[in-house]
Amino acid sequence: MTVTYIDAIHAAMDHLLRNDPRVFLYGQDIATFGGAFKATKGLAEEHPGRVFDSPISEDAMLGMAAGAAVEGMRPVIEMQFADFSSLAFNQIVNQAATHYYRTGVPVPLTVRLPSGGAAGSGPFHSQSMEGIYAQYPGLIVLTPASVSDAYHMLIDGVQLDDPVIFCEHKFLYRWLKAKSLNGDHLPIGKARIVRTGKHATVVTYSAMVHEAVRAADRLQKDGWEIEVVDLRSVKPLDIDTVLASVARTGRMLAVGEAFPWGGVTAELIARVTEDGFHLLDAPPVRLNSRDTPIPYHPKLWRAHRPTPESICHALNKLLRF
Amino acid sequence: MPLLDIPAYTDELAKNREFLRSVFQSMLKARILENKLSSLYKAGKIVGGVYLGKGQEAVSATLGASLIQGTDFFAPLIRDQAGRTAFGEPIIDCTRTYLGSVQGPMRGRDGNIHRGRIDLGMPAMISHLGSQISFVAGMLFAKRMQGTLNGRVGATCIGDGASSTGAFHEGLNLAAVEKLPLVLVIANNQFAYSTPTHRQFACADLVERARGYGVGGFSVDGTDLLACASVIPAAVRRAREGGGPQLVVAHMLRLTGHGEHDDGGYVPQELRKGHYGRDCVEVAMRQLVEHGVASVDEILGWQDSLADEVQRAVAQAQQEETPDPYSDDWSALATRFPLPCTEETQIRAQP
Repeated sequence: MTVTYIDAIHAAMDHLLRNDPRVFLYGQDIATFGGAFKATKGLAEEHPGRVFDSPISEDAMLGMAAGAAVEGMRPVIEMQFADFSSLAFNQIVNQAATHYYRTGVPVPLTVRLPSGGAAGSGPFHSQSMEGIYAQYPGLIVLTPASVSDAYHMLIDGVQLDDPVIFCEHKFLYRWLKAKSLNGDHLPIGKARIVRTGKHATVVTYSAMVHEAVRAADRLQKDGWEIEVVDLRSVKPLDIDTVLASVARTGRMLAVGEAFPWGGVTAELIARVTEDGFHLLDAPPVRLNSRDTPIPYHPKLWRAHRPTPESICHALNKLLRF
Repeated sequence: MPLLDIPAYTDELAKNREFLRSVFQSMLKARILENKLSSLYKAGKIVGGVYLGKGQEAVSATLGASLIQGTDFFAPLIRDQAGRTAFGEPIIDCTRTYLGSVQGPMRGRDGNIHRGRIDLGMPAMISHLGSQISFVAGMLFAKRMQGTLNGRVGATCIGDGASSTGAFHEGLNLAAVEKLPLVLVIANNQFAYSTPTHRQFACADLVERARGYGVGGFSVDGTDLLACASVIPAAVRRAREGGGPQLVVAHMLRLTGHGEHDDGGYVPQELRKGHYGRDCVEVAMRQLVEHGVASVDEILGWQDSLADEVQRAVAQAQQEETPDPYSDDWSALATRFPLPCTEETQIRAQP
């Protein structure tokens, strides 16, 4: 038996609905239809009165979720694509994220963001928003890269008392498979070293973990041992695990699929440079998508985001410094 | 079915003495409190802006008094001191927030009209107009899921300007789709900050939108307490009885600047002198006396005792501690990281 990444998300929501009466699902086309990616397939029938189709109103969906959350519910909101969460931005960053600090009343809601690119998806169905949400105080931003993490982190995230931005990568939905949902079940906020090495560290998250591991496999043929750190959550950021890895390797490449200006990779460079300058044998390097909207054509798209080739290229430069 | 269901204005209402007396006292209390806040602002005692509801007290207080604290939800906006008072917010919450007392509901972390108390059913507004509509809808949605919605309503207020936002449209539409007992009161006070209504919307009366959303619609003269006391409780009742969302559009003129930093010099004289330029507190006072609901002496007595109460609330808040940046925990999250490893993880970590 194999389970895919999207099976894990489906199973997590099924588990939550079964075990926590406070949980309900709200989103576009998620009830009878089962969602644009079928993440909620069958859940409306399995859990009557708990899964709702929403109008195409991202702002109101999130305002509604925040109101329900302060009254004791645990709403899980599906954005049809992460890109559309820009329409809910105000309710997320101003309503939900500020509420606990202002009033002392927490807002336990979860927003699922089908994130990242797939060939042919174009500028408005491919975005990675984690850096934008991580910038705001009051949010927890999760970026699972494995089947087990997708399952456990969604369940654990919904149990947290704060608003959670759950970035699930669309490319991993059906491509990533595992034998079961079991895993090490690390707590949210802990990074994982997915591949050990001694010559350089790649710090990344979500689908880029798999691209980084492929790049590391290729470089192994040339005798390089590359360590790969999966952040798992970009906020909180487990900088201790990153610094410990950099202490071993002396070199860091930060990789993210989001746009290059600022964001998670820039934060990593800033923190490692500030707190771990003495550990570095070479200037830390970052690799992101290109600074254009995400192109539609597969030939352009593949060259827009980091790939094993571009990661190898960046690592080769870093290793030869 | 007629678009507008405006209950007939009748003398019956004047017989509802206790309701009118209580609404009027909230109006008066708010006016006295806000005059005091204005003085404090001008004396440099308040950090941040002061936004007053002068001219909107009749609408706001009638709404607040039509709701049941402990059952209903009320999400006020910036000109709802009277509604907050009528709903039951202690005025010490107001003075503490304006004066930055750490004992206030916002503990100095947010100020002035952004205060709220979820425990009293009163959310703390954010500045992004229209955002509270869907928030209140969510509070009601939660109660429906918990099986405790019956007989409960949620009300929120916006101005004419906020009716142009996407959040207004999305929030009201969502509430209508979900058939929630939401009462949305638009105080059309003719100006959104400095922008007149003809630059804000093109329909004759915002209540025309009610039909488009499939919700109940009411239009009322917001300067007329008796009219407000006839229309607003009817809208609340209809929502409470399962009639779905209700839109109430109240017409008046803002009798103050946008905030106390603004003299409102852009408001034309003819509007100030016109029908909606009249002061709803003065109109209400005359109405109460004319209908024998309250005597002039009684009203003067209320004025004195309310002024005392306001003075005490200001003095109390002024004596209290302001927040200490060195003891604030500076955490925007309720969760405290790092989280402990699960039992499962710890077992695996054993050598």
